[in-house]
Amino acid sequence: MKIVVIGNGMVGYKFCEKLLAKSAKTSVELVVFGEEPRPAYDRVHLTSWFEGKTGDELLMASTEWYAQQGIRLHLADPVTAIDREKKTVQAHSGILETYDYLVLATGSAAFVPPIPGVEKKGVFLYRTIEDLEMMTAYALHARTGTVIGGGLLGLEAAKALLDLGMTNIHVVEFAPRLMPRQIDDKGSLLLQEKLGQLGLKVLTSKNTKKITGEDHITGLQFTDDTFLKTDMLVISAGIKPRDELAKAAGLETGPRGGIVVNDQLQTSDSSIYAIGECALYQNMIYGLVAPGYEMAEVVAAHLSSEIKAFTGFDMSTRLKLVGVEVASFGDPFSPAGNCHSIVFEDRLKGIYKRIDITPDGQQLLGGILIGEASAYNMLLQTVKNKLALPPDPATLLMGPPKEGTPAGAGVDALPDEALICSCESVSKGAICEAVTAGHESFDEIKKCTKAGTCCGGCAPMVKDIIATTLKSQGKYIRNVICEHFTYSRQEMLDLIRIKSLRSFDEVLDHYGQGDGCEICKPAVASILASLWNDMILAKGNDTAQDSNDRYLANIQKGGTYSVVPRIPGGEITPEKLIAIGEVAQKYNLYTKITGGQRIDLFGAHLSDLPLIWKELIDAGFESGHAYGKALRTVKSCVGSTWCRFGLHDSVSYAIRIEERYRGLRAPHKIKSAVSGCIRECAEAQSKDFGIIATEKGWNLYVCGNGGSKPQHAVLLAADLDSETCIRYIDRFLMFYIKTADPLTRTATWLNKLDGGIDYLRNVVVQDSLGIGAQLEGEMQALVDSYKCEWREVVENPELRRRFSHFINSPEEKDPTVKFETLRNQKKAAEWK
Amino acid sequence: MSISSTTIHWFLACKASDVPHNGGVCVKYGEEQIALFYFARKDQWYATQNLCPHRKQMALSRGMTGTVKDEPKVACPFHKKTFSLLDGRCLSDEGECALTVYPVRVTDGLVYIGVSEETAMVAV
Ligand code: SRM
Ligand SMILES: Cc1cc2nc3c(=O)[nH]c(=O)nc-3n(C[C@H](O)[C@H](O)[C@H](O)COP(=O)(O)OP(=O)(O)OC[C@H]3O[C@@H](n4cnc5c(N)ncnc54)[C@H](O)[C@@H]3O)c2cc1C
Ligand code: SF4
Ligand code: FES
Repeated sequence: MKIVVIGNGMVGYKFCEKLLAKSAKTSVELVVFGEEPRPAYDRVHLTSWFEGKTGDELLMASTEWYAQQGIRLHLADPVTAIDREKKTVQAHSGILETYDYLVLATGSAAFVPPIPGVEKKGVFLYRTIEDLEMMTAYALHARTGTVIGGGLLGLEAAKALLDLGMTNIHVVEFAPRLMPRQIDDKGSLLLQEKLGQLGLKVLTSKNTKKITGEDHITGLQFTDDTFLKTDMLVISAGIKPRDELAKAAGLETGPRGGIVVNDQLQTSDSSIYAIGECALYQNMIYGLVAPGYEMAEVVAAHLSSEIKAFTGFDMSTRLKLVGVEVASFGDPFSPAGNCHSIVFEDRLKGIYKRIDITPDGQQLLGGILIGEASAYNMLLQTVKNKLALPPDPATLLMGPPKEGTPAGAGVDALPDEALICSCESVSKGAICEAVTAGHESFDEIKKCTKAGTCCGGCAPMVKDIIATTLKSQGKYIRNVICEHFTYSRQEMLDLIRIKSLRSFDEVLDHYGQGDGCEICKPAVASILASLWNDMILAKGNDTAQDSNDRYLANIQKGGTYSVVPRIPGGEITPEKLIAIGEVAQKYNLYTKITGGQRIDLFGAHLSDLPLIWKELIDAGFESGHAYGKALRTVKSCVGSTWCRFGLHDSVSYAIRIEERYRGLRAPHKIKSAVSGCIRECAEAQSKDFGIIATEKGWNLYVCGNGGSKPQHAVLLAADLDSETCIRYIDRFLMFYIKTADPLTRTATWLNKLDGGIDYLRNVVVQDSLGIGAQLEGEMQALVDSYKCEWREVVENPELRRRFSHFINSPEEKDPTVKFETLRNQKKAAEWK
Repeated sequence: MSISSTTIHWFLACKASDVPHNGGVCVKYGEEQIALFYFARKDQWYATQNLCPHRKQMALSRGMTGTVKDEPKVACPFHKKTFSLLDGRCLSDEGECALTVYPVRVTDGLVYIGVSEETAMVAV
């Protein structure tokens, strides 16, 4: 049997995978034509390309996979004609293939409304990786961006413009509100408000008359005679099924596009199937990936003589649009009168939830969640499986359910047939079975059932099912560090303190098994450092340190290291600046001012590190701990010594803080800043702890961070005097060090902390646990035992010996290290 | 069963006491770099190429050692890909190339690494 597939998108790929799984490889000959230059990739996560995912990482499978499966894959080669009489397809390259069965998986294209000027430079579509590459190139010369279309794809495109660094971004929608087909008026309005806070301006009820500009776009002219200036435009006004090939071959298509198919996904020619976004089933185009996968399953089954039919698909979705969660499930638009609605709205937090239940209060019909959607999976399952509602259905909506305690009946109540991962159609029963068969972690379940591998939306529920299944077998899953230690970090810290253990080996002997690994070693090393503050490279503990800590420097591309001396508060004398310059010159180091108000020297050979440190120490510097999960920088603004608005001397206070907590090791790195007034030039509210001067003293903010998931710090206490402020910081940091999981920044720790900021405030400010004095005492002990690690290495020949590349040729540097030149300095040679 | 016909050439790498417990060092052998690891808890030695195949970085000797289900492994300091020290295969990424592994012998406090004759010819 020879099958030709036209289109190598997500659904075309899934069809190949499913067909091969069902049939013996030798019995089918599979040929695939794809128009795009690369094999099928994850279009659903297209926007993550801007967050650094590469084209390769987005691939569904590599070209080698197709080869291994015996699939002949023709890329960048669109099929141009189908001859149904002769049963052949003709591709652009001239290749002619015969077929027994033909599968059309041509997907859809962006719908471009007929607005004059759409051909101008700077107007883009948003569908393929090539579209993204063109946008990125153009964005270099653009500042402002606009999207036409306020639906799901339009908002994805708006996120892309944000990621590209555009400002003044507008979303133009023809309808009176956003996402008119998925969510209701109120939800739409709230979403619009939230997007506004993120810097996206939404213009509704706007009809674009023309796109202005000579050669390049300059703006949009609307029918109400208003004008919007913009440097680039993305059109995302809907999709248009790619049915041109089918039409030309005389297959039946719908009046508004789409290839007509029956329950078996057969077109009007029974040896030709259509699946995915090009197929029109009962007058409906399914613009989501899960129904497309189901179609692929039905055709693969049909061709393998299994009996299966497509009977439509639920359009429930949960999405993250520009960081805002939006979900709709069941029928989100049940007619009033046939249902009773419960609505929960918190404008301040930007949360809107609505559920519709039958008038007798017995069953859930559908609903909408905006701003907070953790109950989505459970609610969807409740609709789908017609589960009985709790006596007070409103509890389904109230507040975010605590982690691990799902709202409503919980996963236990679900029947085995309940579909958990709709992308890969994996049922609850299949997951339970796999867990029972010994696949007890989420990673293993992903591998053997494929659940959670596509959109990932079901991940929390899959984890819940794993947990409850294990529990039902009498196994308890605890938040343990790794296979070598069956304790949480907090438990480990207590055990190590009680037994006064001082080295990784002792800890392993007492509480662990095996030899440890790259997860537990640094975690234990960090606990030891937080408890005793011994030199971290002391014998036995050196090899337990994370690689950067082991050499007291960050390893960089090419295998050299960076050196960051501490410059407290960012204040430095001209003499010290000169000293840094001289060292950099002598050892040929690349120098750069960091984002943390200090200077980084890059490209140091391992064996030069102690020599460089020695010269820096002689000039009055010490380690800046840029490599450690430890206090990094305390940034400062110039403050009252020079600034006309400064209320207090923020530099002096920042230096005092940095010198107090320098070298303090913690579950993750800690950053701080001190601003001299509310203008906040030191960005204290983006730090693990930040301090802002007020008329009366200092405001202390905690648990903020930048990084990939930025979060603002929250006010812990206001108008503190300098001493009290430090006492609160002592307590706060020590409490964090003692209770956080490994590699958890303060923001994430707070998010998981039961009771949140109110509880934390009680512990730190009100001393509700009565441990305030103890925490302060422990911190003081760490402060008093501080020593510069660099100095200890420089002064200890035994430790210094570790700083050479070859054990049998200590004088020699790694000959494979290569540099290139850039703007008169060196840079690491490119990765190979 | 097959009998290997390559001869192994043992060269002196360093003193056993030069190698940190539960860690690694890099040994120069002609133009080659070999990572040598000592698992002190079990008194076991392993050696692999020093080059991490992922981004071609000479770094494995500076990686963290450990075990997974009792199989000894090393994690590259760059992106934490882990490799078995028994057969060199990549444990964290099926698609990644495997490391070359070398036999190690310790006599009288001296560590010898075995390289097959061909390698020896090229290297010396
Ligand atoms: C040098 C510097 C960039 C620069 O040229 O400006 C830098 C460089 C690195 N950063 Fe950073 N970060 C630098 C400021 C920042 C900032 C800005 C700040 O501190 O004000 C941030 C965001 C603020 C924050 O952390 O909340 C930042 C967020 C990160 C993150 C993400 C942390 C997170 O919680 O999401 C990482 C990854 C990590 O730590 O796991 C990271 C990790 C790294 C590492 C260590 C990655 C690595 O392992 O090689 C980089 C190498 C440093 C080196 O010296 O070789 N860097 N990094 C900055 C050094 C500041 C300093 O003086 O110590
Ligand atoms: C930015 C974005 C975000 C999205 N987010 C979500 C989401 O969160 N959830 C969700 O469920 N869905 C989402 N979608 C929709 C989802 O990506 C599609 O439903 C899915 O990709 C459809 O798969 P398909 O294979 O039918 O079509 P496609 O992925 O479009 O693949 C069709 C392929 O066929 C090729 N082709 C067409 N004609 C020919 C020819 N004549 N010869 C050879 N090849 C041809 C095309 O070039 C294309 O590569 C999103 C889409 C986009 C663009
Ligand atoms: S310096 Fe920081 S942001 Fe820049 S590449 Fe390195 S880790 Fe990423
Ligand atoms: S270079 Fe070794 S893991 Fe990337």
